[in-house]
Amino acid sequence: MALTDLTAEQAIAAIVSGQTSSCELVEAHLARTERDVWNSFLAVDRAGALARAREIDALPERPPLAGVPIAIKDALSIRDLPTTAGSRILEGFRPVYTATCVARLEQAGAVVIGKTNMDEFAMGSSCENSAYGPTLNPWDLTRVPGGSSGGSATSVAARQVPWSLGSDTGGSIRQPAALCGIVGLKPTYGAISRYGLIAFASSLDQVGPFARTVRDSALLLQAMVGRDPMDATSLEWPVPILLPDAERLDGVRVGVIEELMGDGIDPGVRAACQTALARVEALGGTLVPIKLPHARYGLATYYLIAPAECSANLARFDGIRYGHRAEDTENLLEHYERTRGEGFGPEVKRRIMLGTFALSSGYYDAYYGQAQRVRTLIIRDFATAFAEVDLVASPTSPTVAFPLGERTSDPLAMYLSDVCTIPISLAGLPSISIPCGLSEGLPVGLQLAGPAFSENRLLAAAHALETAIGFVDRPTGSGE
Amino acid sequence: MSPSTWEAVIGIEIHAQLLTRTKMFCGCALSFGDPPNTHTCPVCLAHPGALPVVNREAIRLAIIAGHALGCEISGSSVFSRKNYFYPDLPKAYQISQYDQPICGRGRFRYLTEGGEKTLGITRAHLEEDAAKLIHLGGEGRRANADSSVVDFNRGGTPLLEIVTEPELHHGSDAAAFLKQLRQTLVHLGITDGSMEQGSMRADANISIRPVGSTGLGTKTELKNMNSFTYLERGIAAEVERQIGVVESGDVVTQETLHYEPATGHITSLRSKEEAHDYRYFPEPDLVPVVPDRAWVEELRAELPELPIDRRERWIRDLGLTFEDAEVLSEPAELGDYFEQVAALAPPKSAANWVRGDLRAQLRERGQEPWDSEVSPEAVAQIIELVESRAISMPSAKSVLAEVIETGGQPRAIVAEQGLGSIQDESALVAIVDTLIANNPAQAEQLRDGKDKLVGFFVGQAMKATQGRADPERIGQLIRERVAAG
Repeated sequence: MALTDLTAEQAIAAIVSGQTSSCELVEAHLARTERDVWNSFLAVDRAGALARAREIDALPERPPLAGVPIAIKDALSIRDLPTTAGSRILEGFRPVYTATCVARLEQAGAVVIGKTNMDEFAMGSSCENSAYGPTLNPWDLTRVPGGSSGGSATSVAARQVPWSLGSDTGGSIRQPAALCGIVGLKPTYGAISRYGLIAFASSLDQVGPFARTVRDSALLLQAMVGRDPMDATSLEWPVPILLPDAERLDGVRVGVIEELMGDGIDPGVRAACQTALARVEALGGTLVPIKLPHARYGLATYYLIAPAECSANLARFDGIRYGHRAEDTENLLEHYERTRGEGFGPEVKRRIMLGTFALSSGYYDAYYGQAQRVRTLIIRDFATAFAEVDLVASPTSPTVAFPLGERTSDPLAMYLSDVCTIPISLAGLPSISIPCGLSEGLPVGLQLAGPAFSENRLLAAAHALETAIGFVDRPTGSGE
Repeated sequence: MSPSTWEAVIGIEIHAQLLTRTKMFCGCALSFGDPPNTHTCPVCLAHPGALPVVNREAIRLAIIAGHALGCEISGSSVFSRKNYFYPDLPKAYQISQYDQPICGRGRFRYLTEGGEKTLGITRAHLEEDAAKLIHLGGEGRRANADSSVVDFNRGGTPLLEIVTEPELHHGSDAAAFLKQLRQTLVHLGITDGSMEQGSMRADANISIRPVGSTGLGTKTELKNMNSFTYLERGIAAEVERQIGVVESGDVVTQETLHYEPATGHITSLRSKEEAHDYRYFPEPDLVPVVPDRAWVEELRAELPELPIDRRERWIRDLGLTFEDAEVLSEPAELGDYFEQVAALAPPKSAANWVRGDLRAQLRERGQEPWDSEVSPEAVAQIIELVESRAISMPSAKSVLAEVIETGGQPRAIVAEQGLGSIQDESALVAIVDTLIANNPAQAEQLRDGKDKLVGFFVGQAMKATQGRADPERIGQLIRERVAAG
């Protein structure tokens, strides 16, 4: 078996048992990373990664993550590594500090080998909004990998790394995981510190892992979870994150979200999800149809709240302290207009305009205020559902990976890519996407979600289903 | 119509920098006068991905201030983003509070010469200060500057913004209010209150209306009054300007104005049309501040006697004048010292000595009573010596000088240097007779009714006795002996 085919858990075992070393493993993954036909990386840190691997190999005892390589979405700040968030406005920017979640992983013995491509400032569902060119889906190079964390998803699917970090605001981990046939986990809002995550929509942003197994995602979550004094919204974690090992679902009640199993979902996707869900009962669980009456307002709600927050979050990119600065401007206003006009791409500009409008005097209550009220109703819908079921399920994405360029000229069509993931984001709930089959030869993701703090329950169910589904397909879209 | 038919309506907004060790949302130390950009971090420079964390000490100080302002302390207050672009605001939004401030309605008592008055407090909220822009060239003004640079040391300093109700009608009351407020906040250790250095700043919202009317006219906001005097003068100038505008048939327009203390000129900074839409919304990076109720009550219980209560107590119980009380209450250490002397000596005399000779003599040495060698007991002893006529006033001043110099005991100094008043009546008579004999012309004039000359003889007597005679007794003797002669 090639070193790059190992799961992270297998790789750790191989290092601990002396079959391989961190250096060997990092070198093998760097080789695939540097032959980046998918454009999944924006920066590769060969020297830094190998230096760190040598350090770990020289330790008397392996740290928990044993020097296994990882890729990090370019939305996360890492000291001295180029960090652009996929934007021209941060071209050449090197942060002075490292995000808490990355620092925790490094502390646990992960080796960062590079930064991955993304939709600019995490705004997009296809990775086509990157200022540095789109990432290509390893299953079919003419298709998108999903977004916004498309580079991180691709890097794992294409065996450039066994695992990676992404961030999920409305589906940016789960949807690309689904489209790339891997596991993507968005934890409870506040589970992982956002300190160092370049903000898109602060009340929704959450860091999470991509991996090829549920157990690998649990390992990464374990190393990152918990309160950070630098993030006021981070949470004290009540119980340890466990590595799931149960293969049964006895007594587990899974609510199937009716609104997300009908119109708007591709038949092939629906069929794959239904087949996978049928296994719930085979494993001893029960399926319960549930309704989320306000879920259909999720998209509209999200596209007021997220742009509103981003309009303020992205205001700091003014060319005064760092990043792109327009040349030869005559006055302050021109400096702002040209710096930001040149630095931001069209989708970012669109959302800043939307959000600025939604917060404007006289419109606030009708737009932002109303969206917050609907968000509360969506949260209540989930609370009602979780009174009856332990977890809810739906497809992760209404379609399989779509062709490059298909939706770039139609923002609404692009926004619909996240129709299944957004309601869960608005409610701040933990959610995971696992590959559950193929449609048209492309992977389909099944989304599971649970109440806040139910990560252990969620991971256990995902692991049992993953085992039962036995998804063994891997990208054949070449690039090999 | 004449100005007497107009009434001014004034509300004040105060920004006070809090005396915390670190900034409002990061761990950078507060500083004044350090080299530029030496107290910065990813948070206060708004680097990508950095997040704010609320300074607990700022919350504590805001709650204490709220108690002193008589405000309700909010059970749950929320930070909001106030959005606008400017180079001194690195995030392009200021984290402030909007619809749920930490301190709600209150009423603040302040002392004027005419007695106690009160002013409604609308709210007090926490926010962060902007950084400092420095314009190079063009006399330091932005418009003509060659370039502008930013010093982020001040950026993120905790500010408490206090907003009053529009209940004031005179600049003098505004100044009296601000004085009392400043004294209270300084006394409680909330701010250093330096208006010159800008750690406390006041703006006034001003409108006029016909006397008897209850409506509110269009207001203007007057900025940059960095002293009590300028506040009073600035308000007077703006009220006069508005009356002039209205009486010439024009209307007051809503605008932000700049008061130039040196010239008294008022210039427009921006009009309503140019006003920002700040697009406030709740700061999603922070959770609501929900102070523990018991803690809030504990802070209320721990509140020391407020300056106004102290001053009123001195006036009521110790018989001090408004002016005595005002002078002695500032700073609090002077008031503490005065109280120690007043516990041992008649309060009025204690007040005179502490604010008068003691402070004046110490100041020549760059000292203040509370950091000097002079104990309150020594001052009380001097007062006792004077009031029992054991020493004369001039001797008392020498004794004080000696105490300051040597740290000795007044009684011992009097004994050692023989400064005690001459009590021997016959000795005094002899001195007076000698003076009359040596100054026959003056004695003659005095006899003819030129009473002013008593002073001349008293002066001579004091000189002859090195100040050890009781001037009052000398005066009596002069009159008796001249008349008898």
